[in-house]
Parts: sequence; structure tokens; C-alpha cells
Amino acid sequence: MTGKRFVSILAHRLAILAYVAFALFPLYWLLKVSVTPNKLLYSEGIRMWPSSMSFEHFEFVLKHSDFPVFFKNSLIVSGSTAVVVTALASLAGYALSRFNFRGKYWIVALMLLTQMFPLVMLVAPIFKMLSPLGLTNSLTGLVIVYTAFNVPFATFLMQSFFDGIPKDLEEAAMIDGATQFVAFRQIILPLTLPGIAATLGFVFTAAWSELLFSLMLISGNDAATFPVGLLSFVSKFSVDFGQMMAAGVLALIPACLFFLLIQRYLVQGLTAGAVKG
Amino acid sequence: MASTAARTGGFRRDPRPLKKRLADASAPYLYSAPALILIVTVMLVPLVLGMSYAFRDIQLLNPFSGGFIGLDHFKTLSQDQNFYRALRNTLWWTGWSVLLQFVFGLILALLLDKPFFGRAIVQALVFLPWAVPSFLAGLNWAWLFNPVVGPLPHWLFALGVMNEPSNILSDPQLAMWGPIIANVWWGIPFFAITLLAALQAIPRDLYEAASIDGAGPVQRFVSITLPFLAPTIAITVLLRTVWISNFADLIIVMTNGGPADRTQIVASYIFTQAFKRLDFGYASAIALVLLALLITYSMLIVVLRQWLLSKD
Repeated sequence: MTGKRFVSILAHRLAILAYVAFALFPLYWLLKVSVTPNKLLYSEGIRMWPSSMSFEHFEFVLKHSDFPVFFKNSLIVSGSTAVVVTALASLAGYALSRFNFRGKYWIVALMLLTQMFPLVMLVAPIFKMLSPLGLTNSLTGLVIVYTAFNVPFATFLMQSFFDGIPKDLEEAAMIDGATQFVAFRQIILPLTLPGIAATLGFVFTAAWSELLFSLMLISGNDAATFPVGLLSFVSKFSVDFGQMMAAGVLALIPACLFFLLIQRYLVQGLTAGAVKG
Repeated sequence: MASTAARTGGFRRDPRPLKKRLADASAPYLYSAPALILIVTVMLVPLVLGMSYAFRDIQLLNPFSGGFIGLDHFKTLSQDQNFYRALRNTLWWTGWSVLLQFVFGLILALLLDKPFFGRAIVQALVFLPWAVPSFLAGLNWAWLFNPVVGPLPHWLFALGVMNEPSNILSDPQLAMWGPIIANVWWGIPFFAITLLAALQAIPRDLYEAASIDGAGPVQRFVSITLPFLAPTIAITVLLRTVWISNFADLIIVMTNGGPADRTQIVASYIFTQAFKRLDFGYASAIALVLLALLITYSMLIVVLRQWLLSKD
């Protein structure tokens, strides 16, 4: 019996190990190639770690390429999107969580509808709408588009956080004479800070990863976000693997930071996001 | 009740003055207005606009385009072999991606459901791919499949699976497996997290009672775990199917539909029409057909569910 138990525990640990290896290997390889000096890149092609390390690719990417601009653009776009979405979603999520009103059903239906149809349908009409307004090739245009795309999901997420806070708290404040908005701002919002952080993280990650609309809406280098810059770099200098992977590692950093931040809320986020899919 | 309140001036039943009542009634709308306005102008309006494009000749680079052309796009579409190929590829891509993500996600959830030393760290590590931006996941796997810098072709060659270390992304027969594998890597965490949450909601004493009654692990899995998971499995698989069938990022990054259109799915075909050929009218016509197919799929599911429920 103990022998059988030992075998089952061993099998369990080995299976876990296999999953960890599978999950991390691509990222490990990205890091490995990014620190491999060019002269070793081909001679030591499939060695697990180069015989000597160098940061020449990072140095080149940071000093002699447009990647710092792309990085800054992506930070601006993702950061502003996250802040604006979280503000709008807190308000709307609060309305869905605390009020019973006639339009509620329609608002929820509208938000669900926006999660159902393929966003690629909107690529052409959005380009046509933004172009006369001067919002193509502009970071503002991207922020507006990303904000709209992320608000419904973030609203459901914020609603689930508000639902977890007892109603008595703001009722007590309102009996003491505060208006509901003051109660919302001064009592409820501070209590949802972890939820707000999680929403910021989810939206930031989503905006940081978005590809199709930034490809379509941005054409110049000045307003290029990281995905656009990286892809144009790949198609132009497709032999400079070290530099591409160094840029890739840079793109990974903010996403991983936010992942660590929101890790605890993944389950809640994904169940709220189950409607988003 | 509203009418009595109106007749008595609203004072007895509702002591609030009219202004205050109006303010209270409009409060939820004021809270949700900014979000709603944005959703309507940036999502709903373009959706309707896009549907109208499907019946118009809209090419970005042609200033004389824009006229109403009726069903011409759809006639072209019905003859478009590339579209039919994209449709078949979409089924292939979606089917294998969902199946593999689900199976490996379920196994991972079951493995993580048992307490063991270091579970929190393991969980963070295996869920990490989910945080990797999709364009980077695509590039990363494209590099792994590339014999110049990636190890995979060399390993497959060493194992005797390949005759020479070559890039499967440029092999028309195998190319689709590249994006599918990247998608499985990227999507396992989603299934694992959702299924893990469902697993942890199963009351533990059920298992204890079952093992006292002499049920083995397989029996416990089939008669307790599966029935409890079934609703979650059904809903995640269905939603994920729709989502993945529209998920073009990995394909656009890794193969751009090639070689010889072997990896073109409908969503990436729409994007290519709009982005490369700047033919917004035709792109919108394909998008409309895709939407109709997705609605049909959802209706089928609803009908199937009704039928299953009525059978019990």
C-alpha cells in the first residue's frame, strides 16, 4: 500500500514538473537567446545555456533602436486605458451592484452583446470613423478604442467586487447625512482597492497585448506600440534574432509584473471574464 | 401604487420631494452613462456601420468607391475558394485548440487540486503563459520552430520524427500545428483556472463518504467530480470555442495565413482583406457571414440544451 502510494505521489510530482517545464521553456529560451552573443548564436544553437553571456543585444535595442519609443507609447496607451476603464467601470459596476432599475437588464444585455461578436468585424468601420477625426496614427485614438473594448468586462469584474461589500456600510453613512455618491467615494471605493488594483492589472495586460487594432490604426514609427514595432522589426531585420528576443524580453516585463500583482484575483477575474471568454 | 402616489401628491407614501425622487431615479443611469456612451459610439455604431459596408463598395485607396452594390460581395464570396479553405481551417484550428486546451487544462486542474508542498509557486509558474502577450507568445513559438535559433526542429530530427531539421511553419501540411501548439500553451491556464475553481467548490465530505462506501479513485472521479464539473465544462468549452474561432493574433504573427493559405482562418482572412488589401467592403461582407455562422452555432447550442433538459 505504501509502495503504491509512493508511486502515485511520484507520478503526481513528475506530471507537475512536466507542466512547469512546458510552461516555462519558451520563456526560458527567449531569455537564453537574448543573452547569447552573436558569435555563439549559430555555433551553440541548441545548447541549454551559452558558454558566455553578454548584454550586447539589450544595449543595442535600448540605445540604437526605436524600441524605447515603442515601450513608452505602449506604457502610455496601456496605462491610460487601464485608468480610464477602471474609473468608468467602477461607476457602472457600482450602479449594477447597488441599484435596482428598469434599464439594468438592457445595460447588462448590451454589455454581454459586445462580448459576443468578433472584434475583427470592427477593424474597418473603426478605421473609417477615426480617420476623419485625426485619431488614426494617434495614441489617443488607441486609448479610446481600447477603453471601449475593455469597459464591459471590467464593469462585470468591479460589480463582483462591490457585491462582496455589505450594503449596511453606505446605508449607515447615508443615515448620517452623506449623499450616496459621497458614501461611494469615501467608504466603498477605499474598501475595493484590491479589486481596483486587479481591474487595473487585467485591463493593462489586455491593452498591452492588443495587436490587430494597433496594426490597423498605427502606421508611423512615432505612435507605434510595442507589438507594431516588434512586428515591423521582425519583418525588416529578420536575421537579428538576439535583438528581437531582447526586445521580446522587454515586452514581457510589464506583463509579468502585472501578472504577479493580479495573480490572487485570477479566479475571480476569469469567472467574471467567462462572459468575455 | 404609482397612481395612488400621484393622486395624493406623492407626499404620504414617499416623503421625498419631486426633485430628490428624480435625482434618485436617475442616479444609476448617471453612474453608468459614461461607460454606456463609450460602448455605443465605439462598438455599437461601428458594428452597424460595418454591416452596411457589406453592401457597399468601400476601398480605402479608391476615392470613387463607396456606392451601394447590393449583394455583389456575397456573390463573389460564394465563389471564393480561399474563403471556403479559411472556413475549413477555422474548424480544424478551433477543434484541435479547444480539445487540447481542455484536456491538458483539466489534467492540470486535477493535479493542482491536491495539496502539496510549493503549490502556490507551482500555480503561479504554470499560469504564467496566460500573462504573456499573444503577439509575443506567437513570435516566441515561431522562433522555437525556426531551425536557425529554435531547438524544436533539432529535437524532432534527433527523435527521428523529421528527416531534416526544418521549420514546420513553412510546411503546408504541418503549418497549422504551429499556431495550434502555441495556442494550447497559451490557453491551458484559462481552462485550468476555471476548472480548478469549480473543483474546489465540490464538498470534500462527498469524497470521504464515497471512499468509506468502497468507491475507487476512478469511480469517485466519474460519479462525483465529473457531474459537478459538467456545467462549468459545458459553458467554458462553448464560450471558448467562439472566442478561439475568432482569435487571429497567433496566426497573423506566426504564419500570416501562409504557406499557400494553409493556416488562413476566417478571422485572419477578414483582417488581411481590411489591412493588406484595404478592401473594407469585402472584409465586412465576410465578417457578416462569420457573424451569421456564430449566431447559428449559438442557437444550435441553445436548442441542444433545451432538448437535453426536456429529455430528463
